[in-house]
Amino acid sequence: MSHFAELIDRNHIARGRQRKAANMIMLSLTGLLTVLALVPLFWIIIYVVIRGGSNINLDFFIHLPRPMGMTGGGVLSAIEGTLVVTFLAALFAIPPGVLAAFYAARYPNTPLGVTLRFSTDVLSGVPSIVVGLFAYSAIVVPMGHYSGLAGGAALAVIMLPTIIRTTEEMLKLVPATLREAALGLGAPEWKTSLSVLFPAASSGIITGFLLALARAAGETAPLLMTTLGNERFDIGQIIRGGLQGHKSVLTIFWSIVNQPVDSLPLALWKYAQQPYPERVQQAWAVALVLMLFVLIVNVFTRLWIQNRTRHSKG
Amino acid sequence: MLKSKSSSRSRIGSLSRFFQHGDRPWQGIIILISALVIILMLAIGGMLWVQSAGTRIKFGWSFLAPTANPNWDPVNNHFQAWPFLFGTLETSLFAILFALPIGLGIAIFLSELCPAWLRTPLSWMVELLAAIPSVVYGLWGIFVFLPKVVAPVGVFLGDTLGQIPLLGSLFTGPIPASGASRLAASLILTIMIIPTIAAVSRDVFMAIPASQREASKALGATEWETIWQVLIPFGRSGILGAVILGLGRALGETMAVTMVIGNSIQGGASLLQAGYTMASIIANEFAEAVSGLHTDSLIEIGLVLFIITLLLNVLARFLVWRVARQTPQQARV
Repeated sequence: MSHFAELIDRNHIARGRQRKAANMIMLSLTGLLTVLALVPLFWIIIYVVIRGGSNINLDFFIHLPRPMGMTGGGVLSAIEGTLVVTFLAALFAIPPGVLAAFYAARYPNTPLGVTLRFSTDVLSGVPSIVVGLFAYSAIVVPMGHYSGLAGGAALAVIMLPTIIRTTEEMLKLVPATLREAALGLGAPEWKTSLSVLFPAASSGIITGFLLALARAAGETAPLLMTTLGNERFDIGQIIRGGLQGHKSVLTIFWSIVNQPVDSLPLALWKYAQQPYPERVQQAWAVALVLMLFVLIVNVFTRLWIQNRTRHSKG
Repeated sequence: MLKSKSSSRSRIGSLSRFFQHGDRPWQGIIILISALVIILMLAIGGMLWVQSAGTRIKFGWSFLAPTANPNWDPVNNHFQAWPFLFGTLETSLFAILFALPIGLGIAIFLSELCPAWLRTPLSWMVELLAAIPSVVYGLWGIFVFLPKVVAPVGVFLGDTLGQIPLLGSLFTGPIPASGASRLAASLILTIMIIPTIAAVSRDVFMAIPASQREASKALGATEWETIWQVLIPFGRSGILGAVILGLGRALGETMAVTMVIGNSIQGGASLLQAGYTMASIIANEFAEAVSGLHTDSLIEIGLVLFIITLLLNVLARFLVWRVARQTPQQARV
């Protein structure tokens, strides 16, 4: 009998050890997996900084690309193109995004509000290449040619869900007392929204814009079938030509957005697949510029948001 | 004169009352814009449906049907999309298979084990993985990841798993010397969807009430037993939602995959051979498509991609929403 009890006892101790061992192993495994996931992040960042950093110089920013196989030259056309396309995207996406967010924040439970938030969720999950096909069908086909305008529209569709959602969240964070005070003073709803709620939430909303812009600036797939690429794109030349021809500002602006433009991600994609080593080196430099832009925007906006939430909590 | 002035004032008054001091136009504008956002979503599907008419009418369902000898022939205007569907499904499913344990591990570490001061920086770093542009992944993939990781791993898998019957058909080599293969695409996708799975399942774990953990530990369970037998079953449908969101991201990922998958229409079922995905055939051929039918068939592939991701998103939102509803705190998604 006592022998039996001893056996049970020993069994218990052994099982206890086993359970503790399993606990230790699995818990350290989760830590290891976290480290494992961060390996590619640092590998990519460090590698791109080294390879890109050794190939970046002033020419890179101020010259147009040279013909294939020639050394030197820069990616000015791509930089200008990216600026044009992201500017257009912000122009198309921010005003409607903010207005829709006002609706979603004010009337979250009406049928339209529920459908709006649902569509926003769905839109954010649509692959960017599908958005590109949509912009192609909706703009490039009717206009008959590729253009920066179509690229801007495609990126706007990609930015829209992010803008709506962050703006809505930020508007909801504004204390209800502010709203009630403004309405109580006799301000109409629109004035309360635009001159009380919006300024109160503006810093958060702007970080949302920046995050959406950073995401859009790195998108390649939708530009393949909208802006196409154009290595001779040179805003300076278009503006000089326009001024000499005494054209109006609108005409000049239209001729900038109404033609195929280059962009940084597109240039990176094309250069990476070329056999010329100098093009590949430029691809690394482009990757560095893109990555730094995206990472800096991400880190700073997060720091900013964190600071603000800490303040508002304290 | 006095009379006319008062009447005009009253007209302004009634006008202003009708507009409620500008509130009616304001409401009209925000309702209109909100409706436009909804219409935009419908328009994406509608446009792709209309533009792909040529292929839909000519080939019907045979365009998408599984086939052993796929025929993708722009010269003779004959198109079948099966190899791309298969490539997308295979690479995405393997990416989920690799990313799920890693993402769950990260979520568990971040929500249960990690000291508070380390939690925010670590979450940021994991989420930064999602912020790096896809083309940068592709460039790094071609010049670093393929030769340094994928090619050796591929050779190893071909020598070991490739010898096992049945399972071996997924790993018949040899892997191309460059490493460009479906395996490479799966691994790159794994890296890219880890942040999605980790972030969503971390939020699911954070939303589980502390009483569940306390009850389990009071019964004598170890930390790991609490996680495995209490938290994971409790958050099951939320984790499933995370997986589906990750899958949606993997299916639509274009640039990085196009740069490492090798872009070959032939290639059987093996992970170690070059392949193609739906997104990458569109990226590669759209700008060069000459015939209307070629463009139409690429747009139809886009339509299929749209429908799949739409359904997956609806399902995922529903699952995550269900978890958020049954817990007192709100799960942030």
